[in-house]
Amino acid sequence: MTKGKIMTSIDEAIHDITDGATIIVGGFGLVGIPELLIQGLRNKGVKNLTLVSNTCGVDDWGVGLLISNRQVKKVIASYAGENKTAEELFFNGEMEIELSPQGTLIERIRAGGAGIPAFYTATGVGTLVAKGKEHKEFDGKTYILERGITGDFAFVKAWKADPLGNLVFRKTARNFNPLAAMAGKITIAEVEEIVEIGELDPDQIHTPSIYVQRIVLGDSSLKRIERRKVRQV
Amino acid sequence: MSNARLKIVKRAVHEIKDGMNVNLGIGIPTLIANEIPSDYNVLLQSESGLLGIGPYPLEGEEDPDLINAGKETVTAIPGASFFDSAEAFAMIRGGHLDLTILGGMEVSEKGDLANWMIPGKKANGMGGAMDLVSGAKRVVVVMEHVNKKGEPKVKKECSLPLTGKEVVSRLITDLAVFDFSSEGMILKEIAEEVTIDELKKKTEANFSISPDLKTF
Repeated sequence: MTKGKIMTSIDEAIHDITDGATIIVGGFGLVGIPELLIQGLRNKGVKNLTLVSNTCGVDDWGVGLLISNRQVKKVIASYAGENKTAEELFFNGEMEIELSPQGTLIERIRAGGAGIPAFYTATGVGTLVAKGKEHKEFDGKTYILERGITGDFAFVKAWKADPLGNLVFRKTARNFNPLAAMAGKITIAEVEEIVEIGELDPDQIHTPSIYVQRIVLGDSSLKRIERRKVRQV
Repeated sequence: MSNARLKIVKRAVHEIKDGMNVNLGIGIPTLIANEIPSDYNVLLQSESGLLGIGPYPLEGEEDPDLINAGKETVTAIPGASFFDSAEAFAMIRGGHLDLTILGGMEVSEKGDLANWMIPGKKANGMGGAMDLVSGAKRVVVVMEHVNKKGEPKVKKECSLPLTGKEVVSRLITDLAVFDFSSEGMILKEIAEEVTIDELKKKTEANFSISPDLKTF
């Protein structure tokens, strides 16, 4: 197979991440999280990280692994409810959590990746989220100014990749991942399967290769289910 | 399900009309999905990136890549679509949803909603709720009328941090249905077993009574 951007190991993929880095991490709860990259970063032990993630994971999985291991200085997230450690560290003042509405957060990431430094949204007007932000009226409605986000690195999880870095996601595991890929200076994709160049239908590619700098095969991920619900026959 | 919750769910499902695109929040709202008439063409949207949520999967058919906004395993109906989170919120913020039904901690007489944090106790987070209340065409809140201590949750002013200011179109509790407009909060329906006096005692907010008050 063409080597392209394929790394031989998780360690190689994250070798240059240092203390104080800002990392945008894909996922929705525990779905579509780059779990092997997160574990690699936990083992590497780098500290004072700023994480941008939809949630704080759970205490012992997802980005929660890095929070529990005290590697995180600040999290920008829309939700912290499933992670008791994160909540404790936040109320003790040991870790900062910036809560951003989910739609605003993902648009900030998209904007960052698309070269847009800030945008106006009505979400959060009249709430704590609007505090200290520029307000502006358009057509009789009030909006607040929100800043775009970029990261030193982005960790994304995809279903299939080719060696160039074209990515295809699966079902609701897509979520934050394509946007995170755009906003990382170095985007590292953990993928379930790598196929040859030309095998992915160009019409079906979700993330074009230009956004992806490194690929690592992660076919041993556990894909933990956060809330298993079934119906009776 | 408690009787109070069941009463809320049975009433709230009437807000959903055939052909609507609807987002149901976490908690009581999620339970409403089971009550939608089977001959309705309703598409349920999820912030997780799915338009066309189906029922929970059969045991053994759970897909770890397929969840709703509450992170529960679900299925997708024929005609469903998957998309990324920016697209999910373009639908929400862009006014493309006909209706969202959300849970609440407190609602004020002006239609303010608080449902995302308790200062000093629970950080939680707003998730997609602030986007939903500012973007959906119609916002219906469902919640129990009083809290576990029997104290009113329908208040003059919310004491908890707001999710949105003057955003609620309709509030459905186990005791009453209220609408919100520039004239204030109006009682539209009252539970069969409840008197107006009883309702007033359990409601801190001031409300007027609709001339065509109904029971439910």
